[in-house]
Amino acid sequence: MLTILKKEFRSFLSLFIAYVVMIVFLLTVGLMSWVFSDTSILEGGYANMDILFNIAPWIFIFLVSAITMRSFSEEKKVGTLETITTKPLSDMSVILGKYFACLLLVLITLLPTLFYYYTVYNLGSPVGNIDSGAVIGSYIGLIFLAAIYVAIGIFSSSLTDNQIVAFIISMFLCFFFYAAFDMLRNLNILRGSQFGIDWIGISYHYRNISFGRVDTRDIVYFISMISLFIFSTKLVFGSRKW
Amino acid sequence: MSISVQNLTKTYGNQQAIDQLTFEIGKGQVVGFLGPNGAGKSTTMKILTCFMPQTEGTAQVAGFDTLTQSIEVRREIGYLPEHNPLYLDMYVKEYLAFIADIFKVKNKQKRIATCIDMTGLGLEQRKKIGQLSKGYRQRVGLAQALIHNPSVLILDEPTSGLDPNQVAEIRNLIKTLGSEKTVMLSTHQLTEVEAICDRAIIINHGKIVADKPTLELKNNADENSIIDVVFSAEIAKNLIEKLPGVLSVEGTNNTFSITAKKDANIQAAVWDLAVKNNLSIVSLGQRTSSLEAIFKTLTSDANNS
Repeated sequence: MLTILKKEFRSFLSLFIAYVVMIVFLLTVGLMSWVFSDTSILEGGYANMDILFNIAPWIFIFLVSAITMRSFSEEKKVGTLETITTKPLSDMSVILGKYFACLLLVLITLLPTLFYYYTVYNLGSPVGNIDSGAVIGSYIGLIFLAAIYVAIGIFSSSLTDNQIVAFIISMFLCFFFYAAFDMLRNLNILRGSQFGIDWIGISYHYRNISFGRVDTRDIVYFISMISLFIFSTKLVFGSRKW
Repeated sequence: MSISVQNLTKTYGNQQAIDQLTFEIGKGQVVGFLGPNGAGKSTTMKILTCFMPQTEGTAQVAGFDTLTQSIEVRREIGYLPEHNPLYLDMYVKEYLAFIADIFKVKNKQKRIATCIDMTGLGLEQRKKIGQLSKGYRQRVGLAQALIHNPSVLILDEPTSGLDPNQVAEIRNLIKTLGSEKTVMLSTHQLTEVEAICDRAIIINHGKIVADKPTLELKNNADENSIIDVVFSAEIAKNLIEKLPGVLSVEGTNNTFSITAKKDANIQAAVWDLAVKNNLSIVSLGQRTSSLEAIFKTLTSDANNS
């Protein structure tokens, strides 16, 4: 698994995918957080980082799909899947290697935003007037969210040998699981049902955890979603043998 | 036995890719796997390398079953797939190191250097694979298959698309490797089998039509001779077919190639025929590549039936 992880991560670097992803993410988030007056933390008057945690899930829909789209599609198209699958590697180690390489890239992209915390912490009046619990919770939420997106992306990539198709499927699934259930809840026919359908969506749990309340139910949800897509990928990847 | 295949069958939907193949390859043999396109060569190799499972039958490599002991099988095999897929954005050494890591090769750097040396990649070893010409990519594919010093090498068309010099080099390499390893290579070039293989398995439409040592196959082939003849004017085909000892005639108008029994002295008979019909012979030549003839008859006979 580590061999695959290393190889995948190096290819992100050598193909400049990593740099592009980091620049695009940090530029967007940076501009929104500090420069554009509509959304800027400085203009907002409150010492919080909500803007980052509100827009990151949307930017990740694009970025994570872009990172993951080539993982299996490319290998299928070029035929290197035959090289890999005839080596003594289990299917799961190939999938997990690719999965963690993508996740690692997302986490590294997220790392520089820790400076935002430092900045807001010092800008607070009095200094340190920031809800640190909420920030930590939000980061945990964001990491889990990215972990689900990556699993969805890898799964989409295993479905097709066309990167663009993989990209679009992945974006759609990420969007669907992030936001669609919130919207469904507001449909008239579903309104008022006891058990909220929004519970299935990622945003419900993401919101929960970003209050700084790390609930086992949410963690179980996140881990189940990740496993669901990883095992679906294994199923699709293994289907070449059917 | 290094490779042992019993009643191997693979069907894609309704299409039968290979049908009840049974053969064994002993240790240290170099076996040529011959057949026209679509005969099932690559399918057989893909099953042996655990890329896909068979529909029926069993396949064993180095004593391990391809279905139940797939990881062990894959550890024993060095495989060069048909179109030699490579990661074009990797450097040659980086790629070989990656493959070596998968096999957990000891003394990695030393082994990589040996493989680069063996395959003659020395001058190109610092380049990206994408920058290499086809011949060098093929060598990278071979080096990749050799990196863990496998006991069994499965090479799917190792020399296709290479220029004659490169073909000769790769053949020499395979020949050297064959002295200590079991090699199974597929090809549709007969000269290749003649040059490097101890034994040839010819398959057509998924069935084995011949499985003999190359020498024996060649001797069989020598029972017939093929001549190419060009008459000065048109002559009826059936006149030639009536000549004693003629097995088959191909061609039209005044140009024919005739397959006849070796002892029939066909050249003299053709000569007489021309004189009888007031024609002269513009050219008359005997084909030397006799293995080609037997390949043709074996694979086209099955076609007709």
